[in-house]
Amino acid sequence: MTTATTIQPDYNMKVVRQFTLTTILWGIIGMAVGVLIAAQLIWPALNFDTPWLTYSRLRPLHTNAVIFAFGVSALMATSFYVVQRTCQTKLFGGALASWVFWGWQLVILSAVVSLPLGYTTSKEYAELEWPIGILITLVWVMYAVVFFGTLVKRKTSHIYVANWFFGAFILTVAVLHIVNNLAIPLSMTSMKSYSIYAGAVDAMVQWWYGHNAVGFLLTAGFLGMMYYFVPKQANRPVYSYRLSIVHFWALIAVYIWAGPHHLHYTALPDWAQSLGMVMSLILFAPSWGGMINGIMTLSGAWHKLRTDPILRFLVVSLSFYGMSTFEGPMMAIKTVNALSHYTDWTIGHVHSGALGWVAMITIGAVYHLVPRLFNQKGMYSVALINLHFWLATIGTVLYIVAMWISGVMQGLMWRAVNDDGTLTYTFVESLEKSYPFYTIRFIGGLVFLSGMLIMAYNTYKTVTAKDGTIKLQELG
Amino acid sequence: MDFMTFNGLYTLFLIVVFVALILWAYSKKQKKTFEDIANSIFDEPQDSPKSEGESSKHTGAKK
Repeated sequence: MTTATTIQPDYNMKVVRQFTLTTILWGIIGMAVGVLIAAQLIWPALNFDTPWLTYSRLRPLHTNAVIFAFGVSALMATSFYVVQRTCQTKLFGGALASWVFWGWQLVILSAVVSLPLGYTTSKEYAELEWPIGILITLVWVMYAVVFFGTLVKRKTSHIYVANWFFGAFILTVAVLHIVNNLAIPLSMTSMKSYSIYAGAVDAMVQWWYGHNAVGFLLTAGFLGMMYYFVPKQANRPVYSYRLSIVHFWALIAVYIWAGPHHLHYTALPDWAQSLGMVMSLILFAPSWGGMINGIMTLSGAWHKLRTDPILRFLVVSLSFYGMSTFEGPMMAIKTVNALSHYTDWTIGHVHSGALGWVAMITIGAVYHLVPRLFNQKGMYSVALINLHFWLATIGTVLYIVAMWISGVMQGLMWRAVNDDGTLTYTFVESLEKSYPFYTIRFIGGLVFLSGMLIMAYNTYKTVTAKDGTIKLQELG
Repeated sequence: MDFMTFNGLYTLFLIVVFVALILWAYSKKQKKTFEDIANSIFDEPQDSPKSEGESSKHTGAKK
């Protein structure tokens, strides 16, 4: 139980180190499962006729691993780091932070075991069955106690904006998780449970949860990361602190209403669909407020992008964030949604956010963190960071462009009708046309994953090097 | 008061709160405070001096 000795003697950096390293580990595993199921869509034989290797069981494992294992580990690492440094005080609760770490790893392992075995609530992004749901609640409450406890005992007069975003993320995810997972188990010894909601109400609760997991976990949480690591890495204060206040309150006030856009043209009442669409369109403004604030932090320091690949990760992540938060409101328009929904376009949109925004800002933050956590002046190789940057960018672009083309094509083929009103194409015809794009998507994913492996190697060399032996490097 | 009236008044209330927030955030009085907060991430007492030699060279907030 040693804490960091060089960064600040009384900070709890142990838990930050643990979460930082597991971020990389779970990132690789989660993305590898993604690459495997992408390959299964091209070569179905890759499920080897084994039930627990089928697409239907591995797909939730992929989404849970990248969101809750990779994403949340990254958020826990950075929020514990940022809250200590901006409040200039040690984490509240002593050993409680370790409980959060091991508790969260237990949650992840339960998912890794139970999902391939076929245990699922069938609620997207909330597949984990009731005993794991309860465990998540317990760990999350401990996480909230540590985080908000640290805010309470802060040595500074203010609460820096990054912590507002982290705080909103922690509180809202708690509420979302509990409300959406309310269920009655078949018996106390059974893994099976039934949601307390039914019909259209169940669908609405599920997508109120689902979209706000995007809004508060994958957006607000990672904006918290952005508001600390972009200014730190650029060595300049955030472009406009005032804008950050206005866009924070606008973002959290509007996001909560956007969920119904997942349920256009369903049994959900029309007024609720329209409300979801309008709120999604309004959401464009606060989203771009954050994007502009992050990118403009670099104004006057653009030259740093030439020599600093970590900054490239952070800035490109913001560009992808801007792009997906423009695309999202467009796709929420009912007439656009009529074309895009249930096609690969949605998958492309999700991955432009997940790979482009969430993963890239996390990678940038991890490259910023690792040397500071392991007593080095920089990463083992800046050239390898740069290589990773290009692999990540090319992988993301290949992935999303393939899915856009495939998705629009599917949408057009599915809606095409002959003069007599019959469908022009069968479903299988559209599927056959998608094969080339599934192959491009698989290659894109593989390229992105290879970048993660390079990151793991670079991190290994940095962590195992003798303290202080790695010098600060710049790209030539 | 029927539901529609309540809805309208509540919406109006939220608009007023939001406009007040913007006016507060962009008021001249707060400018200095916010600049100080934005810069506060750079004045940690032991900002890993070994790895960040140039942390004192950052430029001030502009907006």
